[in-house]
Amino acid sequence: MSESPAPRPSRPLPPVAIVIGVLFFFGLLGLMIYGVMKSGDPQRDVLPSALIDKPAPAFALPVLHDPSMTVRSEELRGAPYLLNVWGSWCAACREEHPVLTRFAESKRVIGYNWKDEPADALHWLETLGNPFMVVLSDVEGRTAIDWGVTAAPETFLVDGSGIVRWKYSGAMTQQVVDEKLIPALQKIEKAQGNADAGLHGNP
Amino acid sequence: MLPELGQILLLCALLASLLQAGLPLVGAQRGNATWMAVARPAAFAQLLLVAGAFAVLTAAFVQQDFSVRYVAENSNSLLPMIYRYSAVWGAHEGSLLMWALVLALWTGAVALFSRHLPAPVQARVLAVMGVVSVGFLAFLIFTSNPFLRLNPAPLEGRDLNPLLQDPGLIIHPPMLYLGYVGFAVPFAFAVAALLEGRVDARWLRWTRPWTNVAWGFLTLGIALGSWWAYYELGWGGWWFWDPVENASFMPWLVGAALIHSQAVTEKRGTFGSWTLLLAIAAFALSLLGTFLVRSGVLTSVHSFAADPSRGLFILVFLSLLVGGSLLLYVLRASGLSVDAGDPRRGFTATSRETLLLANNLLLATACAMVLLGTLYPLLADALSLGKISVGPPYFGSLFLLLMAPMVLLLPFGPLVKWQRDQPSRAFALLAPWLGLAVLLGALAWWQAPQNGWKAGLGVAAAAWVGLGTARFVWQRLRGNGRFTAEMLGMIVAHTGIAVFLAGALLVEALNVQREVALAPGQQVVVGRHEVRFEGVDHREGPNFTADRGHLRVFRNGRELALLHPEKRQYASGGQVMTEAGIDARLSGDVYVALGEPLGNNAWAVRVHIKPFVRWIWLGALLMALGGFITAADRRFRRP
Repeated sequence: MSESPAPRPSRPLPPVAIVIGVLFFFGLLGLMIYGVMKSGDPQRDVLPSALIDKPAPAFALPVLHDPSMTVRSEELRGAPYLLNVWGSWCAACREEHPVLTRFAESKRVIGYNWKDEPADALHWLETLGNPFMVVLSDVEGRTAIDWGVTAAPETFLVDGSGIVRWKYSGAMTQQVVDEKLIPALQKIEKAQGNADAGLHGNP
Repeated sequence: MLPELGQILLLCALLASLLQAGLPLVGAQRGNATWMAVARPAAFAQLLLVAGAFAVLTAAFVQQDFSVRYVAENSNSLLPMIYRYSAVWGAHEGSLLMWALVLALWTGAVALFSRHLPAPVQARVLAVMGVVSVGFLAFLIFTSNPFLRLNPAPLEGRDLNPLLQDPGLIIHPPMLYLGYVGFAVPFAFAVAALLEGRVDARWLRWTRPWTNVAWGFLTLGIALGSWWAYYELGWGGWWFWDPVENASFMPWLVGAALIHSQAVTEKRGTFGSWTLLLAIAAFALSLLGTFLVRSGVLTSVHSFAADPSRGLFILVFLSLLVGGSLLLYVLRASGLSVDAGDPRRGFTATSRETLLLANNLLLATACAMVLLGTLYPLLADALSLGKISVGPPYFGSLFLLLMAPMVLLLPFGPLVKWQRDQPSRAFALLAPWLGLAVLLGALAWWQAPQNGWKAGLGVAAAAWVGLGTARFVWQRLRGNGRFTAEMLGMIVAHTGIAVFLAGALLVEALNVQREVALAPGQQVVVGRHEVRFEGVDHREGPNFTADRGHLRVFRNGRELALLHPEKRQYASGGQVMTEAGIDARLSGDVYVALGEPLGNNAWAVRVHIKPFVRWIWLGALLMALGGFITAADRRFRRP
């Protein structure tokens, strides 16, 4: 009580406690700053595909335009390709279509028609235009499970030796193509170039 | 014109809060009475101005003024009247405005009831609250202005998030904020005490009711949120350890610790600097919670728009406020004058102080555990350890581990004497009741149809806390038979814990769930209940259409209830919401949710039997009530 005679200061805080407290405070602050900077990134919560840097799953799928023909994964080796999972029922695929069409003008893009009626899919391509070199048809969605596809659109970049190098979930925008896809593709081409150079020796 | 008026009111409120924060603080430092006297009128003015701005925003919603962007984004012309009011705090800007309003209300209340305090204390407390107001009002005005106009004005608004169109969600945020923000009062007192350089028992007595009331509101808010998640999300769960829930749970845990440590400091003169630290921590965690929810740093089922600039603004403010007060604590806490000669200080290992210390340590550790689990995914991401999610297994098992000793020690607390006591005395008092609790637990174990040991432990724990509390009541009755409000509050709150324990552990043990496909006329047997599906019809709501299921629930052949779970499709965004059909009883709920249509009139139907689930919220209600009763103690109002 305030009227009692001998007020004395209580024990000072041990320096260790202060150091730990300061470290904790600034650690938390740093973490929060990191979190805030990341919070604007729409891809933040996308789980990385388990397939990245692993061989693409082997498959043998009928071609949409001619179901009597089958395409096997080995047949696509040799050069990088983009695998785009889509369906005529998927609204975001329609949104992505012009971006994909522009990209497909110069690059190899394989369509992967997922859980779709072939008739609807063909009609969709007729209406909007077909950007794909070839469209594979997976009506039941069995093979898509190997790829870990959970929603359309989803896009995989596979290099010439059949290794998955990049993946995107959701509709790609031009920005994603320019800032993520093209650099990833250039990296593959550079690696390929180095490997070729290694094989052939210095000219 | 009205929205511009709202904006002007907000700007004036910012000026008033600057006045409230600045002059009295300097005045108290220099002993200038005139400057100190500015605090109270400035606080009242700030309250009036913020309330005015809030009223303007409400009017914009009621009149459907879609030229205001916030209104256009969060309501439309089909929105029922009651949700036009609650839509005011349905999204970021409005809920921040409510934050500011609640803070202004608490500040006004402090100004009103603090007249008998010494002028410098009064001035400092109001000034610290003013600093908080400045930060939030500036945040509101500069980054999250709710009065921004759209030009041209749209003819129709988007809609209030359908998840929020629910009676439970009308009062959940106000209650939660009353709790969160209420911790600003003990915080302001702690900072004022540090500035002053001493902790006075009189001030502490004066802060205690504020802490108790704030904690009571926070308890209500959390309980309402849990109740809402239970019937609205359609999973039948009542607590998900979701980041947003954790954000409100952390200040609750520290607040509970603070309530107890304040009592020790007030009555015994010990734990002084610890109480100050807890008071700072409780409010810091409230701010951290607001930050985590508002900034979009963590994602969860409650998603809010993410905008890094907003997040950075509030982060800078938060770190200055919390960092500043902690720095003050480090500089001043060791120099606080305490009475070394106070005969009430000092205690042995077997005393009530020791038990309350254990309570504080366990609650603080639980809070640290929740904080670690909540932030760990972010930490892992920052250190590129991969994407990790921390879920109920971590939180549930660790929380149980920490709360087990708490439950074991709780009944001893009120029965053990201050300073020193014979441990054998309390054991002798409680041994028969412990025996009875174990017996009841064994009975439950034997009787339970499943998870016998869980049910047994639940009953034993609940009975132990309940009977131990009853033993304290009995002891008082045999003594002088008088109960202070403080004691009554403690008894009610501890009974609430017993009721909560029974509910939470029994529903965990005895919950039965079936997911089946049912065609009209078919039925499913779940436990002792039969649920017959009678089909689905179509219903038109004010702003949605719904598939409404009809299910009859029978128990032992007798009809209990006709339930109507719904799947609602909202007109505006096409979002689908489930509304569970619940037959609620104290002995347990029958909970039915409608899944997907499967063709031929058959539907996927999920049926849960949830024994004693109501006790969870009843227990929380009792805890909150305990806080309010304690706050009403006349002793606290003595000058």
